[in-house]
Amino acid sequence: MNRLLSYEEKNTWLHHLSGITKLLFFLIWCFTSALTYDTRVLLVMIAVSVVLYIMSGTRWQQVSTVFGFIMVFMVLNLVAIFIFSPYQGTQIYGTKTVLTAFLPGHAITREELFYLFNVMIKYFTVVPSVFIFMVTTNPSEFAASMNRIGVPYTISYSVALALRYIPDVQSDYRRIRNAQEARGIEMSAKAKLKDRIRRTSSIIFPLLFSAMDHIDVVSNAMELRGFGKKKKRTWYAYRKLEPMDYAVLAATVLFSAAALIITFADGNRFWNPWG
Amino acid sequence: MDKKFGIREVVAIGIGTALFVVLTEVQIPLGFVPNTSLQPRMAVLAFLSAIFGPVVGAIIGLLGHALGDALFYGSVWWSWVFPEAVVGIGIGIFAKKFAVRDGGFDKKNIVLFNVAQVVSNALAWILLAPVLDIFVYAEPANKVFVQGAFAFLGNIIIIGVLGSILLAAYSKIAGQSSSLKKED
Repeated sequence: MNRLLSYEEKNTWLHHLSGITKLLFFLIWCFTSALTYDTRVLLVMIAVSVVLYIMSGTRWQQVSTVFGFIMVFMVLNLVAIFIFSPYQGTQIYGTKTVLTAFLPGHAITREELFYLFNVMIKYFTVVPSVFIFMVTTNPSEFAASMNRIGVPYTISYSVALALRYIPDVQSDYRRIRNAQEARGIEMSAKAKLKDRIRRTSSIIFPLLFSAMDHIDVVSNAMELRGFGKKKKRTWYAYRKLEPMDYAVLAATVLFSAAALIITFADGNRFWNPWG
Repeated sequence: MDKKFGIREVVAIGIGTALFVVLTEVQIPLGFVPNTSLQPRMAVLAFLSAIFGPVVGAIIGLLGHALGDALFYGSVWWSWVFPEAVVGIGIGIFAKKFAVRDGGFDKKNIVLFNVAQVVSNALAWILLAPVLDIFVYAEPANKVFVQGAFAFLGNIIIIGVLGSILLAAYSKIAGQSSSLKKED
């Protein structure tokens, strides 16, 4: 259970923001980070997201396991890029400064290292914002505010259901896995591929079929209560957008626009310190 | 699928997404190719798309991938989120034909299901995902195409094996109007 990021109630200004404000911030932030390869912009974004992360009062234990996973994936990705394309950086920055002839066809160039550095810090711009979003957003309030900005309430309700049922399905999954392991089905990596697929399916079968039952039960219950009969519905967890929400949204849009203008000022998304 | 977006679809998206997210945790390493694994969650996505249709499949794919990435890995790889919807839609458009809930998922439908899943997986992972990777993240072309090809292989294997079995089994159970059998 501790591997998942989950909402924790706290009393910081980030927790008081509406869920939709944080979602929009998160999406715009991801979008900006994906587009820019400008090192200066990326470094500023890291600074901003680290400050926000500290303000959100998130404890390190809440996110440390997930952070470890990200680091592993990041290193694997960087290594893969270097193996497949050792001169990607040279192509991008147009110069080739060999530092050491590492392996035949895989010399380490200054440009490649700089490119990999940019790919790396891109991770660090997004990661804190994901943490903030997942840890400070109340699922019910989030669904309510999604509906308010024009997402049909059926879809908002699906999202609310998804967030609501993740812990349930997860505990189902744990129970079924434990039961199957107790019956002597080994899930570790020692078995052959074919056996592993068969064994995994011995967990998926009961899990999926009980989920199908769940879908029937829940949709019957909702039907009995008249869900979907009216065009609108009200939300218990709904919170009005405060001036602070508008301020954050305006700041985010301005920042993102400025970041993109600075990035593309020289005609492309990369920033060349040597050119 | 019905003409309108019914209650069952709303709930199927919700619980289906939860299932997809939880199964992010279950990965079967391929072994011979490093850093790739079979994802049983893809079989679940295919299963739900085949039963509830393209809209449900697409939303479970998008939402499930984004949420699963965020919850388990703490970062969302957007260029791989959107292809997931393509898989859901590609399989989902044949939902009516499959008629899984009426016990209609026979041999002919298994073939159709697998053709649909191979085509939509090819579109998603060999074409869309690498192209988005290059445009959005400016990653080296050969690396993302190799990754895409392995994702394609892994997904068609797991959907072809596990997805087909799940659908055939479920169709058998759900299609029975009672537990009585005709005596010979």
